[in-house]
Order: sequence, then C-alpha cells, then structure tokens
Amino acid sequence: MSSASEISALSAFFTAALLLLGSALTLIGSLGLLRLRSFYERVHAPTLGTTLGVGCIAMSSIVYFSTLAGQVALREVLIVLFMTITTPITLMVLVRAALFRDQTEGQDASRANIENAPRPRE
Amino acid sequence: MKLLPYPIASAIFLGFWLLLNQSLSTGQFLLGASMALIGGWALAALEQPKARPRRPLAILRLAFIVSADIVKSNIAVACIIIGFGRRERRPGFVDIPLELRDPYGLALLACIITSTPGTLWVKFEEPAGTLTIHVLDLVDKAEWINTIKSRYEQPLLEIFA
Repeated sequence: MSSASEISALSAFFTAALLLLGSALTLIGSLGLLRLRSFYERVHAPTLGTTLGVGCIAMSSIVYFSTLAGQVALREVLIVLFMTITTPITLMVLVRAALFRDQTEGQDASRANIENAPRPRE
Repeated sequence: MKLLPYPIASAIFLGFWLLLNQSLSTGQFLLGASMALIGGWALAALEQPKARPRRPLAILRLAFIVSADIVKSNIAVACIIIGFGRRERRPGFVDIPLELRDPYGLALLACIITSTPGTLWVKFEEPAGTLTIHVLDLVDKAEWINTIKSRYEQPLLEIFA
C-alpha cells in the first residue's frame, strides 16, 4: 500500500534531516567515549546518544511513519521515555562502581581537589 | 484490597498499552485496563511508596525547562568532544545539599541530571541529603549548586510537596 517513494518531498526532507542529526549526535557521543580523558569524563559522552540523539531519530521515525500511514504514529515516544527512565540506572551503577574502586584504592576522586584528581594516561 | 491502589501508575500503564498498540478500540482499551489493574496490584504487593504529584502547571513548566536544557547541553558537550573553543577545561565533582527527600522527586532529579549531558549523578547520601554530581566542564561550583537547586530542586519540591 505504501513505499518510501510515496511520501512527500517535505516530509522526506524532515525525515532525513532529523535522522542525520540524531545519528551525528550519537556518533559524536561515541567519539567522546574514546577521546575524553578520565573515566568520569567518558561516561558523560554517550548521554548525547541517549537523549537528543535518540530523540531526533525517534522524531524522524514519527514523521516518516505518520506520513506513510496517513495517521499520527506515536509509538516512538515510548522508546524515548523508556530510554530516559533507564539510562540513569546504568550510569549510576557504572559511576558508583568506579568511585568504589577509587576509594578502595585510596584515591577518592570525589573528595580530591580538582587539580589533583587522578588523571589516567592521555 | 483496593481496586486501584496506584491510580496514577495504572493510568500510565493504560496509556503505554494504548500507545504501544496505536489503537483506541474497545478491545485494546479493555486489555489495557486489565493490564493496568494487574500492574497496580503488583505494585501494591511490592509495597511501593505512593507518589503524590501536585501542580500540573509546575510539571509542564519543569518539562519545558528540562527539554530546553537537554538541547543546550547536548550542543555544549558535542562542542567539547569535537574540540571547538579549545581551552582549559576542568571536570570535577560538586556536592549539593538537597532538601528534597521524596523518592519519586529524587528519581526524577536523577533522570534530569543524567539526561542533561555534562552533568552526572554520582551518589546521594540519605541522612545528610548530600548529592554528589560530576560536571564535565566545571567553572564555578557555587553557580552549579545554585543552578541545580533553583532550576530543578525548587520545582520538584513544589510538585512533590
């Protein structure tokens, strides 16, 4: 009943633009995971992909499937919602584990001076 | 046993079900409603504390502020990673004394803080109410404490008063 070639140029444009923006943000976030220096800095980076990145990709999907089916598709809202609710859990567990390790190894990064904070090899 | 021990959670379950099935037909509504009932009883069996959010307008305003902040900090962190405006950047931890004690308020604050790239929830110490966050680009500690308290904690205190 429908194929990608049947949607209008305008919605095709928005679908592509949002998809590119979302994936660019996710890519930058993943690059940050590689590039940033300490563990605590690195865990910040992927949140780009889990917030605005997934938001843009979901919006692109909403635009595409809404124009394709001729009715508003909102299922993607759930993906964004579940991502937002569950990401903090993973991040908190990771960060607390790192903090626990630092504390048992005698270098409590959260209590140390910012300047003296341990900086793993660059 | 009460029929609807957690009305808000049950309403959310029903909303999820209808969204998931993209339909408002009577059949799906009945299925969703039974899911919502069972879900509510399951929560009751787990003896979860009850959420009493108030002031829907404050909730909307907070949602708007947070969405804008998410977009802003996404751009800021993307710039940091790519390396625009390269200058001395200092990551660091900030301790914030919180007045907020409601578990749902705290959970929401955790979602807000981790959802805005550049800030990360590290730990919350219950008796003292001290929240430790990690900030990717720490310029001024006092300013961060002020921002979190006035921008997010204050509305949350109003909502979960």
